[in-house]
Amino acid sequence: MANDHIYRQLDEIFRDVFDDDTITLTPETTAADIDGWDSVAHVDLIVSIETRMKIKFKTSELGNLHNVGQLVGIIEYKLESTRQPA
Amino acid sequence: MSLSLDWLSERADFSELLASAQTQPPAQAFESFRALANTRVDFVRANRLDKAIQRFVASHGAPGNLPSIKVAVLGSSTLSHLLPHIRLAGLRRGVLVDIHLGDYGLYRQELADPTSSLHAFKPDVVLLALDAEHVAGHSTANAEAAIENLRSSWKAAHALGAIVLQQTILPRFLPALGNNEDRLRQSPAAVVRRINALLRETAVADNIYLLALDEWVTLAGGITAWFDPGLWHLSKHEIAHAAAPFYGDQVGRMLAAIRGRSSKCLVLDLDNTLWGGVIGDDGLEGIVLGQGTAAGEAHLALQRYAKRLSERGIILAVCSKNDEHNALAPFQKHPEMILKQGDIACFVANWQDKAENLKHIARTLNIGIDSLVFVDDNPVERGLIRRELPQVAVPELPDDPALYVRTVALAGYFEALDITAEDRERAELYRQNASREALRASATDMAGFLDSLQMQLAWAPFDQPGFKRIVQLINKTNQFNLTTRRYTEAQVAEVMRGEEEGRYVTLQLRLTDIYGDNGIIGLVIGHLTPRFDLEIDVWLMSCRVLGREVEQATLNLLAARAIELGCQRLYGTYIPTEKNSMVKDLYSKLGFDIDEAREDGTTRWSLALADFEARPLHMQLIQGAPWQTTTSTVS
Repeated sequence: MANDHIYRQLDEIFRDVFDDDTITLTPETTAADIDGWDSVAHVDLIVSIETRMKIKFKTSELGNLHNVGQLVGIIEYKLESTRQPA
Repeated sequence: MSLSLDWLSERADFSELLASAQTQPPAQAFESFRALANTRVDFVRANRLDKAIQRFVASHGAPGNLPSIKVAVLGSSTLSHLLPHIRLAGLRRGVLVDIHLGDYGLYRQELADPTSSLHAFKPDVVLLALDAEHVAGHSTANAEAAIENLRSSWKAAHALGAIVLQQTILPRFLPALGNNEDRLRQSPAAVVRRINALLRETAVADNIYLLALDEWVTLAGGITAWFDPGLWHLSKHEIAHAAAPFYGDQVGRMLAAIRGRSSKCLVLDLDNTLWGGVIGDDGLEGIVLGQGTAAGEAHLALQRYAKRLSERGIILAVCSKNDEHNALAPFQKHPEMILKQGDIACFVANWQDKAENLKHIARTLNIGIDSLVFVDDNPVERGLIRRELPQVAVPELPDDPALYVRTVALAGYFEALDITAEDRERAELYRQNASREALRASATDMAGFLDSLQMQLAWAPFDQPGFKRIVQLINKTNQFNLTTRRYTEAQVAEVMRGEEEGRYVTLQLRLTDIYGDNGIIGLVIGHLTPRFDLEIDVWLMSCRVLGREVEQATLNLLAARAIELGCQRLYGTYIPTEKNSMVKDLYSKLGFDIDEAREDGTTRWSLALADFEARPLHMQLIQGAPWQTTTSTVS
């Protein structure tokens, strides 16, 4: 996958947030697959991704995420649009 | 300016260290956890570390050798993300923090309801972490009414026997009028400013302590780093996650101060720390110090800050790799030096390794090695001390000397809740002590040495003028402390009432000698048992006066009081802690018989007063208000 590096970066963030070194994400991973991914942890997760990946989500972007694939889609778009021309 | 804890050092092998800590036996694991709590990690990693520690405590129990404190965190916005950082900040300073998080927005009910889980928790400290919206966000808010509301919560928390920490209100409202916002009476921004001003005016009278959030926002990060409007709307987090470690450290340092774990002594390196350049190579004219160059002013700024710390009671010491006469030259001859030789209580310049020298400094000043903060520009020396003496606080200094003061000041090593007259005199006391040590080293016999000090010991029961200092000593003395029982102001007041009714006996002791006044250096609280014997609940002494026969003098006084009251026996208990092994054999040395030795190391002792003979002392005992004793000074 072209966005494989984002998944690997997210793996590390998820492992720290959910304190579980066995997590390996796929586009189909959902909150139900990960122990402790409730609404409170979700906010921690989002803020952690923002901090580590140096991006900022809009409030409206966080409402209807159904799986990790959608999350990665948003991140990809953000990284793309903030990339400086060489 | 960043909100990260810049004074902590980073460890590349954090994950491996965390994994290995969790497989160690409990005592060792906690040393490892404590070391990890002293590394700089982002809030995600910090959360993970806290989880690992919580899990470890749940299965192995908390180690008994660290002091603990119970904190109730109350508020009306989301606060759960702050708790790991409060716990870690406590552990960073060797204090185990047990937290009760109040139900969202129900703190007034919980404070009022004696059957609430908050009451059952019996907090030592109540932290009122109220958000700006709750306190000042509504359209009719006014500052005076807000303070009245807070006051009822403070009273309720005091009634629980807790110390109150009140967070000042986060200044996060935006102006409607502009630069002269305060002319708009109902402006939330103006109301918050006014509340924060009123809090500062009333804190002493209301016996509360402030967590000065508004000040920290200004000094570190700015409001955009502390408050994220999106996060507030999403989940009512008022403190942004990125600010949580800094927030937690502020709370942690206050908890450490309450438990007597704040640092006491600033140990300074010389070359490239107190001045630029190397005195041994560059000479007096060659070192960079003082007005004229930016670097020279930066080093001077560190001296100025150290001097201010010393004036409020922090002891200064020097630890330098230098020939002593070279190291002393700037203190004696350089016109720009702010610090003078007399400001340094213990001056060590030699070529031995700095770990040994720091131990020597702690010994000479009679303070714990964990009371030291070691400031050195050299990363090799810092690394050595972190490895050899992990109890010593070692700030990670930035490359630019201009940022030294900021780093040391923001680290908050010396947090104190209050200032007493003795704090200001303390640096002076320690300096006198160093001179006494020199005299002791030259004295040929102990009795001759003690006689030469011309000591006077003034004693009296507890009283109002000594009250603040008495409470402070009870709550921060760790080493010469037989039971390490802590008393709140209310409990000390209760003991004083009990003494008037003949149920308690108290003693406060002040020692003066030819070098000056040591201040109040010893306390005893005892109570009369049902069989009218005297049981010693608290016996503590300042380590500054070790080896001066004050222990024996205290016993002589106590025995005399007990005999006066018709007691047959004196009972005493030694309760071991991580820090008080020096008094393990005190009762034995003073002629008490052992009655009981428990498995946890606690020992019970008694002394038959009929057989007691007061040993002669090399000091004069004076009855009467110790604080009124005239100070004798001989230079």
